[in-house]
Amino acid sequence: MELILSAGIGALTASGVYLLLRPRTYQVVIGLSLLSYAVNLFIFGMGRLRVNAPPILEPGGVGDLAHHADPIPQALVLTAIVIGFAMTALFLVVLLASRGFTGTDHVDGREQRGD
Amino acid sequence: MLPVFLFAPFGGSLIAIFFPSDQRGATAWFAGAIALVCFLATAGLYPFVAAGNVLRYQLEWVPQLGLSVSLRMDGFAWLFSALITAIGVLVVLYARYYLNAEDPVPRFFALFLSFMGSMLGIVLSGNLILLAVFWELTSIVSFLLIGYWHHNAHARDGARMALTMTGMGGLALLVGLLLIGRVVGSYELDAVLASGDAIRNDSLYVPILVLVLFGALTKSAQFPFHFWLPHAMAAPTPVSAYLHSATMVKAGVFLLARLWPVMAGTEAWFWLVGLAGLATLVLGAYFAIFQQDLKGLLAYSTISHLGLITTLLSLGSPLAAVAAIFHIVNHATFKASLFMAAGIIDHETGTRDMRRLSGLFQYMPITATLAMVASAAMAGVPLLNGFLSKEMFFAEAIETHLVNILDTITPYVATIAGMFAVTYSLRFIHSVFYGVPPSDLPKKPHEPPRWMRAPVEFLVLACLVVGILPGRTIGPFLHTAVASILGDRTPHYSLAVWHGWNVPMIMSFVALSGGVGLYFLMRSYLATGIEGPPVFRLLKGQRIFERVLVTLSWKWARSIEQGLGTRRLQPQMLLLIILALTAGALPLLAHGFELPPLVIRGIDPAFALLWTIGIACAVGSALQAKFHRLAALVLLGGAGLVTCLTFVWLSAPDLAVTQLLVEIVTTVLILLGLRWLPKRIKEPEREDIPMRTRFRRLRDFLLAALAGGGMTLLAYTVMTQPASETIASYFLERAYSEGGGTNVVNVILVDFRGFDTLGEIAVLSIVALTVFALLLRFRPQADSLEAPEQQRLQNAFDAGHPDRAAGDSIAEYLHIPSAIMRWMFPVTAMLAAYLFLRGHDLPGGGFAAGIAMSIGFILQYMSGGTRWVEERLRIHPLRWMSIGLLVAVATGVGSWLFGYPFLTSHSQHATVPVIGKVPLASAILFDLGVFSLVLGATVLMLIAIAHQSVRAPRAHARGARAEKEAAQ
Repeated sequence: MELILSAGIGALTASGVYLLLRPRTYQVVIGLSLLSYAVNLFIFGMGRLRVNAPPILEPGGVGDLAHHADPIPQALVLTAIVIGFAMTALFLVVLLASRGFTGTDHVDGREQRGD
Repeated sequence: MLPVFLFAPFGGSLIAIFFPSDQRGATAWFAGAIALVCFLATAGLYPFVAAGNVLRYQLEWVPQLGLSVSLRMDGFAWLFSALITAIGVLVVLYARYYLNAEDPVPRFFALFLSFMGSMLGIVLSGNLILLAVFWELTSIVSFLLIGYWHHNAHARDGARMALTMTGMGGLALLVGLLLIGRVVGSYELDAVLASGDAIRNDSLYVPILVLVLFGALTKSAQFPFHFWLPHAMAAPTPVSAYLHSATMVKAGVFLLARLWPVMAGTEAWFWLVGLAGLATLVLGAYFAIFQQDLKGLLAYSTISHLGLITTLLSLGSPLAAVAAIFHIVNHATFKASLFMAAGIIDHETGTRDMRRLSGLFQYMPITATLAMVASAAMAGVPLLNGFLSKEMFFAEAIETHLVNILDTITPYVATIAGMFAVTYSLRFIHSVFYGVPPSDLPKKPHEPPRWMRAPVEFLVLACLVVGILPGRTIGPFLHTAVASILGDRTPHYSLAVWHGWNVPMIMSFVALSGGVGLYFLMRSYLATGIEGPPVFRLLKGQRIFERVLVTLSWKWARSIEQGLGTRRLQPQMLLLIILALTAGALPLLAHGFELPPLVIRGIDPAFALLWTIGIACAVGSALQAKFHRLAALVLLGGAGLVTCLTFVWLSAPDLAVTQLLVEIVTTVLILLGLRWLPKRIKEPEREDIPMRTRFRRLRDFLLAALAGGGMTLLAYTVMTQPASETIASYFLERAYSEGGGTNVVNVILVDFRGFDTLGEIAVLSIVALTVFALLLRFRPQADSLEAPEQQRLQNAFDAGHPDRAAGDSIAEYLHIPSAIMRWMFPVTAMLAAYLFLRGHDLPGGGFAAGIAMSIGFILQYMSGGTRWVEERLRIHPLRWMSIGLLVAVATGVGSWLFGYPFLTSHSQHATVPVIGKVPLASAILFDLGVFSLVLGATVLMLIAIAHQSVRAPRAHARGARAEKEAAQ
């Protein structure tokens, strides 16, 4: 379980980082999205992987870590997902505006040699 | 009582700025009244302070950091307050006549009052950090005052130089004060003054001393930082009379005197302060002789007199400290009056150049007499106040304090400096008021208005009275100030004019006669009219300062900018990733790292398959992002869905719901954006890819592999460790009993960590507004303007068939899905409501509900087109966002009404007929705010992009029209 998920996080990170270093704005946007998946999963994994652990308490009940899923990483990741969306939206719009202003979708706003 | 000294000037400043600019008199009256109130308040406090009491005022600011608004007035602070407010009143009166009708007078008085407030703040601060704040304020306000005539390049340069120097000093001072706070354990002045031995014996003493001195010496224009003061003379003369004689430059020596009990008396103090003081004393006086500008002469003379005070403070003996405080007062009186006199001369003749001025006595005899008396005080002529403190200085200079070369040469240097002082004072009087009548003056000189001269008269009278009857006039005030600094070390001293024939008297005599002789020897050289002293004029502080500035702010900045600048993203990204990799790897390398055992068994084949797909999607998306954007987007969505399923698998239903919804919105958003990107068609594989490109790709691939491998290793290592006890148990235990909900994640978000969530939704709204603002000015690239290829084909089809009208195909396109989408709107709204209401107890909540609802809206855009939706639905995302933020904040504020801290929530279960028991927590209101804001923000971003499709045809039509017109 852990092995598979770590490999997944690794693949997402590697793809994301590779795209971040590319010259086209769209590549960078996609790369950031991939990277944010990886980071969210990584933070989530810090609560350890639990299959079939109840995330919801019994009414009136008291939870404990031995029987319930860790809520902290979940709460962190939940807001991170929403903020990640906002970030993607912002970068997308910056991309569009930059292309409108400069006429190119190169990240530097002008074409470079050899790209 | 003490806050009045801050509220009155700063409040008055705020009011003064709103005076109409033609109300010169009224503004002056107002500023004068404020200054007078402050002065009277100071005067009224004298009996209290004179009894040896310290007046205190304390207001907690950030007690955890030791910061407080703590004000304290002892005798020394009182003396300074009296000086600041009294000269403040006089300068207001003077400025009333000095400023012209076309000057922005309200701005002047507003700045003036702020400056008075900042200066009072420095002397009254009972907390070191507060002192540093006011210190910086004086630097900033003095920048604005020196640059008051900002159309003048000299004023701008002078102001900038003053700000750079005093600002740098202020920064160093802040660090020094922080270190003092660290040594003492408190920033309170009382605590600091009580721990002199601790400071002097601390290993940090020398760094503290150097930093504090850097602050004090730059402020008081001491060598080698003196050069900013002459350039600050571009300020209006009332500013110079106030800032550069009585107040701002005195802040440095004030601080030295304030910290004198805890820092003075060591070898390091003696050498550092003494060297700076003596060098300034003699060089300032020497340079003053050769100035051609009246105010320049006075500026160098000020530098020299401040050097005298610094030298006295360096000696470390109580008697020297008395003399220093006495000279601070004396110098303020005679120098303020001299600056005002110089201003009058400038005002009534149109020039301050001593080469053009001469023989003015017959035109303005009263001003001339006043200036002569003040100059005599400056030169140290008997029966004037300057003489008394200079005598005390000479007496102290002779004393042996520490046996070293500096102490031995002090009396000689003092005498020489006294001689120079006589020379430049004599030069000022002789060249301006005597000699042949002036010939080429811009104006015909005459006496100034009656009330413009009044402040000068008052100050000169003060010089005389103090000079003749020191014990009866200044004596008690001086004693109060001295006692508050020295405490039980206060020495016996006498303020008498005549002490008999002793060594200081002889030194005075030598200085007086030598000075007069020197002036007559130098007359021929001075008559040549060369600006600046011989030899030294080649070595200009300003030139050096500018060269340093150019090197720092232009040459170095340029090379750094070219190397690391923000112009190119890729090198920065590369640096960032390498930095992140290094930061991640360093602790592992430094502390050793044990590879966890590889556990292969127990792998669920379905999970493995899931992630095989996930990894394939991620890699595929990375490969396709350049030429096949849609494919990359689909693959990205695939990776997102795998992530979402992973959350389901691993007991995180809340995350899965949110991820799924966000996935939909992100995909729609990027789909909307794709249309505006340039076409990029993959060329057939070229054989000759340049080496550079190959190398770059390989390098990036290796970096990516390293990053991915590192993350895998890190994640695997952490996840296979047994979990330790975390704060999670706290939330799990209390989620129901205190938060009233069974969904712990939601309870954390809206209750336990509600403040964080408030911050997050604020960020979300900022991003949404930024997106909106950016798109308001969006100008699409020309090649994206025409309709998409599919629409063109469809329109061509319509045009080709006579039975079809234009636009029919587009309307028919995906007709059935769009009908379904329209009908799904209420269902989506229902789903959102459902997600929202169950949020506290079951997976769901404001975030998920808000996004679900926004999907309902964007589906309408997709099915009906922008125009169709905007004709039918009222969409006010901005309003929803503001309501959401207000509701969330109001919920938080609401708990104040019940006496609880911000965002405390309350919960109980109410029984509703038919439905049954319903949980009611105040947190649900907060969640409602989250819902409304997330909905507003998401819809705003989505429709802002969607709306561009309306704009494009319009722009296209405009472009076509313009082309047609150009062709005709």
